[in-house]
Amino acid sequence: MNRHLAPAIGVLALAGLAAAATDAPAARPAAAGTVSGTVTFTGTPPKMRPIDMSKEPSCAKEHATPVMTENVVTGPGSTVEYVVVYVSAGAPAGPAPTQAVRYDQKGCQYIPHVAVLQAGQPLDIYNNDQTSHNIHPLAKVNPEWNKSQPPGTPPIHASYDKPEFIPVKCNVHPWMHGYFAVLSTSHYAITGNDGKFSLAGLPAGKYTVTAWHERFGTQSQEVTVSEGGTATANFVFKALPY
Amino acid sequence: MRPQTRWISLVSAWGAVLFLGGETPLVAQATHVGNVTGQATRGARLYERYCVGCHGPDGDGNGENAMWIDPKPRDFTAAVFKCRSTPSGSLPTDQDLYDAVTRGFVTTNMPPWVALTPQNRVDLIAYIKTFSPRWTGAAAPTAITIPPETPANIESILRGRQTFQRLECWKCHGPAGHGDGPSASTLTDSKDNPIRPYNFSSGTRFKCGDTNQDLYRIFMTGLDGTPMPSFIDNLQPNEAWDLVHFLRTLQPVKSPEALTWQNYLQTHRGELKPIGPEGGSQ
Repeated sequence: MNRHLAPAIGVLALAGLAAAATDAPAARPAAAGTVSGTVTFTGTPPKMRPIDMSKEPSCAKEHATPVMTENVVTGPGSTVEYVVVYVSAGAPAGPAPTQAVRYDQKGCQYIPHVAVLQAGQPLDIYNNDQTSHNIHPLAKVNPEWNKSQPPGTPPIHASYDKPEFIPVKCNVHPWMHGYFAVLSTSHYAITGNDGKFSLAGLPAGKYTVTAWHERFGTQSQEVTVSEGGTATANFVFKALPY
Repeated sequence: MRPQTRWISLVSAWGAVLFLGGETPLVAQATHVGNVTGQATRGARLYERYCVGCHGPDGDGNGENAMWIDPKPRDFTAAVFKCRSTPSGSLPTDQDLYDAVTRGFVTTNMPPWVALTPQNRVDLIAYIKTFSPRWTGAAAPTAITIPPETPANIESILRGRQTFQRLECWKCHGPAGHGDGPSASTLTDSKDNPIRPYNFSSGTRFKCGDTNQDLYRIFMTGLDGTPMPSFIDNLQPNEAWDLVHFLRTLQPVKSPEALTWQNYLQTHRGELKPIGPEGGSQ
């Protein structure tokens, strides 16, 4: 049934997006509001492990101490880093920026661990290392491609048409893991180590705000923003060691 | 439940065909190989008979035989294909799919379907394209251009050997092409199933064809859904031909390249720098 419903759902979703785009008010209220908050966890998160890069000496020597895995990065006060928080409903999508998002491979790590971009926005992928990488974003909704990038070659230019959270890996260096968070909205933020985020520039109104984390999944809540006001939306993920 | 989903598949195939005549853009692209045009309805019946056991009634690779099979049958709902003449991330051409069905995949459970008529095979391709919305309204993909092969002399082989070192092919395929490079044991395909890099010394044919042109195409377009990336952005055509000529020397077959290489090694073996982590760029 999935196969037959999926296209229909896709079309409805696209129609919804298009409608949202044309409904955009011509002039926004002068005093835009903000949604801000903190993302924390309860329970015991999985422990991050040091990465053994000895098979790639050119990268190993760039790190004085071993780099840790980044699937669940937490801060003091049980805060969670690399959570993508975005307005999933209530705000017009807005056109994709023409400014490219930069994604670096450096010391056999992806920097940033999670790159957030809008559907249609250009993405430039750089290899700063002395070794060949292959960039393999495991897209399912968007086309899946896999390209080699030897040292000293120009950036790979990419972009994605549809919203999707895409895991990225390098098959040559199996410890390398990252994400492309492709969103349909321009209203997004990513939490730092303090778990804090802020979505500014929102006209007064009701919004659905969604928080996504690669291991903890997604959570959404309804938020009402008053003109020029700041609404609070805190997210708490339940962490399970695995 | 299974007969029911099977019935739905047939209904959807009919739907695709009904739409073909209409104005709606929600149509799988037409299927042509040479002057043969495929018809999904006919393909559906053939699929029920020949393909469903492994690829499953829903085309997702979960047929009743799938659990016994490694590598797993192709999941047509993902529309990601290894053997393509098109750039990485693109759909294959109808000809690519036709060649795959005709050739089968050596070292897997997929046999060559030469017993089916060309019309049968093209009908099947029309049908498997109904399993993914990626074919819907998509422009027909374009194959990469393969310029004429350069001379397979010793200079070309030696340049190809440098490329094998420089592009770090050995990280997976191993310094001697035995499929035993430092990353080999960690590789998984896009469905997280373990996968081995090709072992050139195994003597088996390549999955995606056996000619020098096929070999050129394999590494230039990459094998989507696997760890093998595309190299078309990193290799000029003459460099790619050099690499083809070197790769032939890694196989235990009496190719012209292998004979040239054996002759060269008799007098020059000591001059070669090793391939691998200690290997220089020369």
